Amino acid sequence: MRTRPAIRFAPLALALAALVLAALVLAAPTARAADTPDPVADAKAFQKFYTQKFPKVKFEDFVNGPYSMNEDMHRQWEEKEQFPPYEFALEAGKEMFSKPFKNGKTYADCFPNGGIGIRQNYPYFDEKEGKVVTLELALNRCREANGEAPVSYVKDEMASLTAYMAFTSRGKPMDIKIPNDPRALQAYENGKRYFYTRRGQLNFSCATCHVQSPGERIRAEILAPALGILNAMPIYRSEWSGMGTTSRRFTTCNSQIRGVPLNPQDDEYRDLEYYLSYVSNGLPISGPGARP
Amino acid sequence: MASSIRVRATSTGDTTEVQALIQHPMDSGFVKDAKGEIIPPHFIQELTFEYDGKAVFVADWGGGISKDPYVKFAFKGGNKGDEIKIGWVDNKGTSDATTTKIQ
Amino acid sequence: MRTLLLISGFLVASMAPALAASEADFKSAYAAAEAAEKEAGQLRNQWTTTEAALAAAKKSAAGGDFEQAVASSKEAEALAKASIFQATSEKERWKDMEIR
Repeated sequence: MRTRPAIRFAPLALALAALVLAALVLAAPTARAADTPDPVADAKAFQKFYTQKFPKVKFEDFVNGPYSMNEDMHRQWEEKEQFPPYEFALEAGKEMFSKPFKNGKTYADCFPNGGIGIRQNYPYFDEKEGKVVTLELALNRCREANGEAPVSYVKDEMASLTAYMAFTSRGKPMDIKIPNDPRALQAYENGKRYFYTRRGQLNFSCATCHVQSPGERIRAEILAPALGILNAMPIYRSEWSGMGTTSRRFTTCNSQIRGVPLNPQDDEYRDLEYYLSYVSNGLPISGPGARP
Repeated sequence: MASSIRVRATSTGDTTEVQALIQHPMDSGFVKDAKGEIIPPHFIQELTFEYDGKAVFVADWGGGISKDPYVKFAFKGGNKGDEIKIGWVDNKGTSDATTTKIQ
Repeated sequence: MRTLLLISGFLVASMAPALAASEADFKSAYAAAEAAEKEAGQLRNQWTTTEAALAAAKKSAAGGDFEQAVASSKEAEALAKASIFQATSEKERWKDMEIR
């Protein structure tokens, strides 16, 4: 009796299907996708990565970015700290901070402890709003709540104000909290994803420079490690001949890799700041800072 | 209005080390603004440090010096408590001056 | 002679489209590029070079050089499409770089 070909091969097909299924089931545990975010483990691994890569750098020194990467740079940093270029902005920031708005209130009325010594708590996850709130965002919201026009996020007043607030927190360890809220965890994950995702025509991610190549050069610049990279913000950058905020650095980094920058304080940037600050918890605030 | 000159002078043995940070745009006159128009030249032309009535450091600057210039130098002499006079004049004729005591 | 005229006439007629891009050609090429760039924008991954090519296309068209305008539009579309490809292909690959 001649059996039809399909029937003859049926047992073989079934066996093959079973094998494939078994292979898929076995492969599942190695898939990385579905892990629940574990920021504590992330931060530990992040800090370990850099301390192992640069065993001679003192932990607190990572906040000095490129200046911690070699001896010559460190000497330059020490000299610069004797007469820092951010002094003018810092002084201006102190004046601006205490100057009342047209309605008589001041910035101090918007912040805990009058805005003094609180910079290390930013950014924080606002559970009512369901989003990350950065210091820059909080400052402009304070202005608008008191009938003043918001200022540019990238320089001038915003840089001076954040310079002053950072200065009042100098030495305090970065202390970012992630509340037990799935939205906060999601924001943290979003920030982490942004940090590692390649973008722009040059196909760089933040990690390309600051994880893969800290201490090495991109053209004439020495690259900073990502650990503690926001602790010195805002910075007087010689390249800018002036002060710049975290927003300025995020947007210019994007355009440098030929990616159209998002708007300052867009969700992606807020989440990125949240992630980067959290994994640098424990490192001292050193702002305002100076960079090449 | 605060002075544009931030200065510190320290005496170590028989030399005095002076550092100064001056707030000034130092526009060279070659840079264009966002609209494509030249930003007119505006830079310090002469910077002088005087001690005991004599100039111990004089700088003749042009547009090549960067914004917010920082100067550091040392000179022989100077005692703690003595005064140093610092002054600058720019190409628009604006000037500023200040004094400091050697620490 | 008549054959020669016919042939040369035919040749000129067939070359004409290759020589002159019309404003209509530019408009459709630019629209395609703009649409691709808009999609890249929704993926939050536009390139500065795409924007530059779009601007160059507009400038050429304004000056009447539709040939160049079409070329720049096509370049912009290609760049925009590449940025869309990047956004989708890099979406999961970030985990390869993650410090764990």
